[in-house]
Amino acid sequence: MTTLAETLSDSAVITRRNLIKVKRVPDLIVFATLSPIMFVLLFRFVFGGAINVPGNVSYAEFLLPGIFTQTVIFGSTITGSSIAEDLQKGLIDRFRSLPMSRSAVLIGRTVADLGLNALSIAVMALTGLVVGWRIHSSVGEAIVGFLLLLVFSYSISWLMALVGLTVRTPEVVNNASFIVIFPITFVASTFVPLETFPTVLRTFAEWNPVSTVAQSARELFGNIPAGVPEPDVWSLQHPLAYSLLWAALILAVFVPLSVRKYLRTASR
Amino acid sequence: MTNAVVVEGLVKRFGENTALGGVDLTVSEGTVLGLLGPNGAGKTTVVRILSTLLLPDAGRAEVNGLDVVSQADQVRATIGLTGQYAAVDEYLTGRENLEMVGRLYRLGKREARSRAGQLLERFELTDAANRPAKTYSGGMRRRLDIAASLIARPRVLFLDEPTTGLDPRSRLGMWEFIGDLVSDGTTILLTTQYLEEADRLADRMVVIDKGEVIARGTADELKAQVGGERLELTVASAEQLADVAEALGPLAQGELQRDHQSRRLSLPVTGGTDTLAEALRRLAGVRADVLDIGLRRPDLDDVFLTLTGHAAEEKAMDDESRPTAPATAGAQS
Repeated sequence: MTTLAETLSDSAVITRRNLIKVKRVPDLIVFATLSPIMFVLLFRFVFGGAINVPGNVSYAEFLLPGIFTQTVIFGSTITGSSIAEDLQKGLIDRFRSLPMSRSAVLIGRTVADLGLNALSIAVMALTGLVVGWRIHSSVGEAIVGFLLLLVFSYSISWLMALVGLTVRTPEVVNNASFIVIFPITFVASTFVPLETFPTVLRTFAEWNPVSTVAQSARELFGNIPAGVPEPDVWSLQHPLAYSLLWAALILAVFVPLSVRKYLRTASR
Repeated sequence: MTNAVVVEGLVKRFGENTALGGVDLTVSEGTVLGLLGPNGAGKTTVVRILSTLLLPDAGRAEVNGLDVVSQADQVRATIGLTGQYAAVDEYLTGRENLEMVGRLYRLGKREARSRAGQLLERFELTDAANRPAKTYSGGMRRRLDIAASLIARPRVLFLDEPTTGLDPRSRLGMWEFIGDLVSDGTTILLTTQYLEEADRLADRMVVIDKGEVIARGTADELKAQVGGERLELTVASAEQLADVAEALGPLAQGELQRDHQSRRLSLPVTGGTDTLAEALRRLAGVRADVLDIGLRRPDLDDVFLTLTGHAAEEKAMDDESRPTAPATAGAQS
């Protein structure tokens, strides 16, 4: 059986392999950096004038934590399409025929994608600073905010790993995740305040972890000024705890499911 | 000699479809077994079970004395697998690919590096070692793939159709590389649909069709099942076949075969060139245009045809992908 040290070492080898690909395939870097910049600029300047945020807060302050949240979730879909691609090209077969740790391929994949998401966040934060977003909290709180985004996106990566192993075609993974993730990240407080939502949608959005991750990031970056009314649902009153609970739940379900699926997956 | 691979009563079903209906085979240590069969015969399924990628539904398989189901981890440490599609990471360079696989076989960093260097040299990839595998030709990818499966010096190597899709020149090169491996003492189980390939590389063969073993033995033993040499000729038009068959009939040592579509006649004979001369003499009295005539020793295509009643490969798709086969040239004029 494989020891923990062996699993870590195998995972590191796979992570390195995936990061080399990032270095050599410009598309990935473009996806990870340019599209977030584009999103920040579009929302800031196209919708920024039309959307009123309650309280005395600029739209840039409200928007950036939302964009962070949406972008890292979309960033995690790369996990699914990359695994489907490896499966299609026979690489998963090769890995499965090696005496390596059974979970290393998925750990290495998700960790590499976590790195890509960290890069996206850094680029977005810099762009945000240019268009008027500021961190008003302490360094510690800000770090917790960034970590929350990464932890949540990491859990989504494991969910996408199962999708990739099941769907097996990178294009289909992309299309399918787009159809699901687009509404989930929009029916949330990512871009607009929830006050304007119709009732059913609003209830969904209030308990949607995407809302709570964004809400928590806003709190941790100090982007909610004094005077903004306190939310009246538990999830939004305790967004950090609620979001971490979701991340833990997703990991607890999808790590074992994905590893199990990986062990039984042969190409074609 | 001990057996490196033992397969007994192997059964695998995919839903309704029975891919393997109880396959038995063994491969002696240090030898090459050619697993032959047309597309869909079950060759790849056998390799996938032996390399621990698939679980069998019934039966037993051992590699290096280890059970492929209950001791899968240990099996993986002693085998190398080269699948049907070159499984190389195209974004990594040749060297990075080999070092990665070496590390995953748990070689130390330094050993992985030195093995990668040796194998790049051996498979003539040194010049391309630092280029991403994306830039490699089909033949280079296959070589890299085989090099990767050899990095930890496996005792048993599975090669699943190692030359399918390669051009004739790359195929000949690949045969030389595989030949070298054999002389190093590696046990190889090779699947192929090219009979010439098995003839050239394998010590023993197992022929499977629709998941069942239909023949086994050495190339000579299989050929003996079909009989000895044959006299073959082609005429200008199908109508002439009847006259020619009548004239040569007495020479046949068995059933005479005629194919109107290719306007060919084939009959088992004995007596070698004397018989050929006799045939020519008889044909002088027949009004027929003989385009070519010759003696041919049976090849594995004949074996397949005799055993299954259908050819090993679809002839229509054949022309581009078949190895150039001068083997049947014999006495043809």
